[in-house]
Amino acid sequence: MSNTQHLHDFTTQVRRDILRMVHAVNSGHPGGSLGCAEFFTVLYQHVLKRNPGFDMDGKGEDLFFLSNGHISPVFYSVLARSGYFPVAELATFRKLNSRLQGHPTTHDGLPGVRMAAGSLGQGLSVAIGAAQAKKLNNDNHLIYALTGDGELQEGQNWEAIMYASAKKVDNLIATVDLNGQQIDGATTDVLNMGNLKAKFEAFDWDVLEITEGNNIEAIIKGMEEAKNRTGKGKPVCVLLHTVMGNGVDFMMHTHAWHGKAPNDEQLAIGLAQNAETLGDY
Amino acid sequence: MKKYTNTGSKDTRSGFGAGMTELGQKNENVVALCADLIGSLKFDDFKKNHPERFFQIGIAEANMIGIAAGLTIGGKIPFTGTFANFSTGRVYDQIRQSVAYSDKNVKICASHAGLTLGEDGATHQILEDIGLMKMLPGMTVINTCDYNQTKAATIALADHHGPAYLRFGRPVVPNFTPADEPFVIGKAILLSEGTDVTIIATGHLVWEALLAAETLEAKGISSEVINIHTIKPLDDEAILKSVAKTGCVVTAEEHNFLGGLGESVARVLALNNPKPQEFVAVNDSFGESGTPEQLMEKYKLNNLAIVEAVERVIKRK
Repeated sequence: MSNTQHLHDFTTQVRRDILRMVHAVNSGHPGGSLGCAEFFTVLYQHVLKRNPGFDMDGKGEDLFFLSNGHISPVFYSVLARSGYFPVAELATFRKLNSRLQGHPTTHDGLPGVRMAAGSLGQGLSVAIGAAQAKKLNNDNHLIYALTGDGELQEGQNWEAIMYASAKKVDNLIATVDLNGQQIDGATTDVLNMGNLKAKFEAFDWDVLEITEGNNIEAIIKGMEEAKNRTGKGKPVCVLLHTVMGNGVDFMMHTHAWHGKAPNDEQLAIGLAQNAETLGDY
Repeated sequence: MKKYTNTGSKDTRSGFGAGMTELGQKNENVVALCADLIGSLKFDDFKKNHPERFFQIGIAEANMIGIAAGLTIGGKIPFTGTFANFSTGRVYDQIRQSVAYSDKNVKICASHAGLTLGEDGATHQILEDIGLMKMLPGMTVINTCDYNQTKAATIALADHHGPAYLRFGRPVVPNFTPADEPFVIGKAILLSEGTDVTIIATGHLVWEALLAAETLEAKGISSEVINIHTIKPLDDEAILKSVAKTGCVVTAEEHNFLGGLGESVARVLALNNPKPQEFVAVNDSFGESGTPEQLMEKYKLNNLAIVEAVERVIKRK
């Protein structure tokens, strides 16, 4: 069992990184990134069985695929602080000639990234392919994926969801970031997706919910349970209830910060609410 | 001119199927994915021999491209198969982001390309796919001419690292490529030497180009015929060497003239050695229902159309 104090400190530093990265270039997506800071921290610091270094094929280790690529700030921060590339490189986010593109890509060789993501709805299919490759290779490690909730409006997801259960891709844990927000407003207003748990279950997935998706202990417990449910003939879906903008009070419970950077004053307020822990880049 | 013999007409898609059968035996990393068109793509043998490496995706091409991209992570070499229309236009963004931009070693194999799909009509007859695929950075684009060449290209692609588009078709056409001819990606094949005009053809139009050259020879016109199976990367050197000698060129392809082989050749000439060029290609239109022969005649994609284009281009020299 990891030290949860470490995970709390790690998350706080990740929040600082997110705020500073998007502020520095006055662009990027802080809301969804902040909402998933605890999840990414738990995933990379506790859940994933990772090999040292980075190998694209990822044989003999768990792999993670991010489908909603716009939350790149949290992904980059956690990857850097998990040792994939120098933390100082976070300062290049969205700048010319950077490996930290606005949306994640393999194109510039950034360690930790196995698939470009940004155009929504594609990551789950890729994760399924990687899961089937694991099976062909007799590699019993797991594939993890994260999609947004609004992203499920893309039809390709439902092709993938139908396929994964029909083909018994049971070495896959797909998490949905249920923050209830998308660019134009609440998901219930933009295009109400109804009961997602019932929909995944109707597609024959094993579904579990983490109702406190910004609670580190709850995420650890939920993801352990998700792992226990793999290998039983069904793909596993985790509905992760999060609060967009979590940890920065004025960014919470609104879609306003989906793709907007804080100004100098707002940054200062956000950082004051998240005191430095591991050291700023 | 050098004569070629049809050793027995076959469809190019069967060449693909034969290539997959051979690859299945000799390369255990090769996997195949199909979107409910096993028979059309001639995947039957591969599926029977290697059921664990065959993925029936169902009618879900976007998912198929994504799964193929994912299978490369772990060292697999996926070959996806469906009609050309559903291999490209339908899934352009998936190919762009998950395959090309992500530099995944996926082979997108497309049957029933062009007008020769025939009676199903324009919903299925894509004439824009070469353009769509060649515009993607890093994508190799291949359009084979007969059974033997398609089989050889399929096998060669397994040893080529990087995203690739392999285009072939439905109809039974003459098979004249020697069965033992090695397939070198990016290397044009000089089929027949000549001095008055260069005919650069791809896919089903290669045989038509050879027929046209015979007709032209009887009229006293000496044609150099080049088989361009790889449209990207294009063999600039072979094109320039030939055109330096003949001084004019006709390109021939079963595709819209916009975005096809002809435009790629025109760019090479414009940059290096501008010369008159005529295009045997579809004139920016959709296809329609009909037999392959009727359609190729109506849309001027046969040997007669090549002869006429040669006569036009020579006058412009």
